[in-house]
Amino acid sequence: MLERAPAETPSDIDAKPRPVEFRGAGFTPSTGRASGWIALALVIALWQLAGSAGWVNPLFLPAPSAIVVATYKLALSGALWQHLGWSVMRIGTGWLLGTVAGVIVGFAIGLSTLARGVGITFISALFPIPKIALLPLLILWLGIGEEPKIATIALGVFFSTAISVYSGVDAVPRNLIRMAQSFNVPFHAIVRRVIWPGALPSILAGFRITASVALLLVVSAEMIGAQYGIGAFVLQAGNLMQTDQLLAGVVILSLFGLAVGKLINFLETKLLHWR
Amino acid sequence: MDLIADHISHRFDALDVLDDVSFTVRAGEVVAIVGPSGCGKSTLLSILGGLLRPFGGAAELRGAPPKDSVNPLTFVFQDFALLPWCTVEENVAFPLEHTALTAAERRGIVDDALRRTGLSDFCGAYPKQLSGGMRQRVGIARALAVKPAILLMDEPLSALDSQTRELLMEDFVRLLADGAMGAVYVTHNLEEAVRLADRIVVLSRRPGRIRKVVPIAMTRSERGDRSAREKLLALQDELWSLIREEAIDAEREVQHA
Repeated sequence: MLERAPAETPSDIDAKPRPVEFRGAGFTPSTGRASGWIALALVIALWQLAGSAGWVNPLFLPAPSAIVVATYKLALSGALWQHLGWSVMRIGTGWLLGTVAGVIVGFAIGLSTLARGVGITFISALFPIPKIALLPLLILWLGIGEEPKIATIALGVFFSTAISVYSGVDAVPRNLIRMAQSFNVPFHAIVRRVIWPGALPSILAGFRITASVALLLVVSAEMIGAQYGIGAFVLQAGNLMQTDQLLAGVVILSLFGLAVGKLINFLETKLLHWR
Repeated sequence: MDLIADHISHRFDALDVLDDVSFTVRAGEVVAIVGPSGCGKSTLLSILGGLLRPFGGAAELRGAPPKDSVNPLTFVFQDFALLPWCTVEENVAFPLEHTALTAAERRGIVDDALRRTGLSDFCGAYPKQLSGGMRQRVGIARALAVKPAILLMDEPLSALDSQTRELLMEDFVRLLADGAMGAVYVTHNLEEAVRLADRIVVLSRRPGRIRKVVPIAMTRSERGDRSAREKLLALQDELWSLIREEAIDAEREVQHA
């Protein structure tokens, strides 16, 4: 180690100062909302141009304007609302049943050694099964009607919810639980005031996944065995080569998914404002 | 109310952590626990506070707690342990929510604790909006709200910068001045130990045994005097000489683990 400050040599003094090269650029992507909308508008415009100019066969890919007209006609005739109503009823009921069961089981697994031992074994074994494959079995058990379709959705939602809930409970910092225990806070209050809010980010992230799962399953189930519902409508339109109506159904599904996503965003903003 | 460590031993699986540790924290007394890394200081504090069941021996209380004490043994945590979804006020009120106190009584207690820790202007803030020092103040206010007989402090200043540490140390000195509360103060920092403690329990390296109990024959207000500095530094040197060799061994052990 030097015992004195190093002396500046003449070359240090004479040399021209140069700026330190900036090396910290990149790796900080931000969401440019305008760029996303502009890109979407460009793709739709190009698609419309391709349709109007006759570059693509409208039977295979109708122009966006044709899809808008088809959607408008469906809305006016009431068919859209009838199909959408059935789908929303199935999704809503199935999602609610699966979510309630998943939250209860997820909390049990997160809080109880016995429930964890039993629950994780069953969930690990049953979670990978594509739930739509169980629809024929559920039809055998529950008959032809709404029950097997709703049960399929509920099953699909249940497993993802249970996993996200117990992962969320596991992720609650143990120091917060120990803190509450050190103040003699009772068990039920620790669950309500510490574990539930601590697990909520994971639970809401799970809702985002289960909403997609429910949408996927309702369409699949309606395609297999339903007269009404967006899935059934899309399948019928496809069979009749009414591709404008088919894509209208797809757009409706997309808008429905977007609406659910917005709803979950709203819930996150309201419930997780502290983050 | 006295807190007694009665021949406490503990092990994690095959690893012996504490071996036959006994001492008593008398009412209003501040006992610091120092020792090399991994000697079981925090484990001992968890056992004393009832958060960990000892493998041998027991933690015991002797005498009645103060009449209005909601939680006689109260922790102040190193990492603050604040609920991030609660405001400062809600965090301080949290341990009182499940008591028989009326809403007005709770309000009064919380306001008093916030005032004593200088947090009255921050009652609506969330922990993420506060500096480390302010967060620890919330942890201290929460502890004061339950009117403890003995504070169990696990390196409460170690996560803070030196200036904040100094300010909070002044707060501790002030809060403990009237002798209404005792404290067990676990720390690596010998300066903090000699500044705050009435007695210092020096633990050996793992498994932690009591190596020496060093009393400090000075009031805390005397320790702030310039003339006391020499004595305190000498005391720090004495403590360091007790710990140094074992601290080096403990560090090597950690590096080789």
